[in-house]
Amino acid sequence: MANSDNIKNDAALVDVSQIKAINKVSFKQRMKAYKRKPLSLVLLILVGLAAAISAAALIFIIVYVLVRGVPNLTPELFSLEYNSDNVSCMPSIINTIILTLVTLVISVPFGVGAAIYLAEYAKRGNKLVKVIRTMAETLAGIPSIVYGLFGMLFFVYALNWGYSLLAGAFTLAIMVLPTIMRTTEEALLTVPDSYREGSYGLGSGKLRTIMRIILPSAMPGILAGIILAVGRIVGETAALIYTYGSATGYAAGPFNSGRSLAVHMYVLTNEGLHTDQAWGTAVVLLVLVFAINTLSAFVAKKLGNNKR
Amino acid sequence: MRLNRFREKAMQGVFFLTAVTSIAAVVIICIFLFYNGVPAMAEIGFFDFVGGQKWAPTNVPASYGIFDMIIASIYVTAGAIIIGVPIGILTAVFLARFCPAPLYKVLKPATELLAGIPSIVYGFFGLMVVVPFIRDTFGGFGSSWLAASIVLGVMILPTIIGVSESAIRAVPESYYEGALALGATKERSVFKTILPASKSGVLAGVVLGIGRALGETMAVVLIAGNQVQIPHSVTDGLRTLTANIVLEMGYSTGLHRQALIATGVVLFVFVLLITLSMQAIKSRSEKRG
Repeated sequence: MANSDNIKNDAALVDVSQIKAINKVSFKQRMKAYKRKPLSLVLLILVGLAAAISAAALIFIIVYVLVRGVPNLTPELFSLEYNSDNVSCMPSIINTIILTLVTLVISVPFGVGAAIYLAEYAKRGNKLVKVIRTMAETLAGIPSIVYGLFGMLFFVYALNWGYSLLAGAFTLAIMVLPTIMRTTEEALLTVPDSYREGSYGLGSGKLRTIMRIILPSAMPGILAGIILAVGRIVGETAALIYTYGSATGYAAGPFNSGRSLAVHMYVLTNEGLHTDQAWGTAVVLLVLVFAINTLSAFVAKKLGNNKR
Repeated sequence: MRLNRFREKAMQGVFFLTAVTSIAAVVIICIFLFYNGVPAMAEIGFFDFVGGQKWAPTNVPASYGIFDMIIASIYVTAGAIIIGVPIGILTAVFLARFCPAPLYKVLKPATELLAGIPSIVYGFFGLMVVVPFIRDTFGGFGSSWLAASIVLGVMILPTIIGVSESAIRAVPESYYEGALALGATKERSVFKTILPASKSGVLAGVVLGIGRALGETMAVVLIAGNQVQIPHSVTDGLRTLTANIVLEMGYSTGLHRQALIATGVVLFVFVLLITLSMQAIKSRSEKRG
């Protein structure tokens, strides 16, 4: 006992800067090691090269789109009326915003409700919960064109809604459901159990605990997930062409067809007549999606701050 | 008090119902796709449909064979994997083990941004930049297997990087330290101990990437050329299952339309198989962990 105390005291007296670390590898030693094992050097170069390629791909795409697109961001591109001479993207921007809102109104209650059930009510190892999770994962894996196909068969034809805002919104709502479910569940699980215990201890029931304590503290995480879903909605094309359709005007009512910004860009690209405008639209789309992603990351960070 | 109890129970029921929606959604999607697609397969003949090499829906008599498109989908996915997987995994290794902290702060969000770019923008970019490049360098039309593979390879990068990086980070540090202590270089330690230990997680990322590449539509339709054929060289064009649906759904009627839905069913079955194998990989790695 006394011995270990002594050691501790001695350790306190040692000047740390005097210690020579023996596990520190100098540059020279490293080069020597590489000479002996050239494969290691090759691996290091490969790893760095791969990262450089990934970064270069992103930078190249962004810079190229900006350089070609920004000069085309003319006031005409944002005029209120679309016609065949001036393929304004303003109607499609408005349509995209409406579509996003309607989709969220449908999917958020279901996604958040499902996450609450999974995180707060379901018992561990419940068979049904396993099935729900498997199904959510299956939904997440379905390609958007299959969603589009289903939306066309079910909403457009079986329910006879035609190419319409509602058909597009419901199709997308199913598509983003797993995203919202997963992120919300993760956010709920980060709420410490002491919050729940405290709330129960003060006599409130489960429902009140969830609504007043757990949901508010998980809110940044839930929001981050929803914003992520917005990003997917804004960028989606394949699921919308045969559900929301591609009418050029404003979709005024729930059963009107319209085109979202991404679909608008697809049509422009396909026609091949308005390449300049397509570049401009690409810039708008990129800026929107990046702003949305940044916002999501920012909100999610706030959750991290709250936890501390 | 009783009202409270009722409210608790009612809301629990509501939450339960919302949770069951995802099951309902999958079931309805399955029913509607199969209900609309299977009769067409029966009418055309299953083997004539899946194995037939002639797609001429407007001919009289029409023929509906999607074999070339199945092969094309597999080819394009394979091309994307060949380009995307090595770069993706190595980038994940770099991010997890070699990246200096300040660089990580930039590089990590960059890979996430790559995931955020809409597929139509990838397609447009491919059409305007990659396709002319291939036309000028290798000849041919430019719209080709190679163009689709390159663009898809970049598109699946963020998926593979994200999943692989977290798998690599989940490996206990002691593996690495053990290897270092035995005198291995840093690179050797990473590639001989950490990477093998994170095998199943990395594999899960690759499978997820395969699913994305197989299901990608808008980018492929713009840059793959869309000829119904089995390409003989990388500069030949091809038409994937997804492209077939988008291209012809707009004007198709009758059996032609049903055949397109059946194309969707084939795609759907492929994706379900991938999802299942993905879940199998996951549960195996969980059992081991």
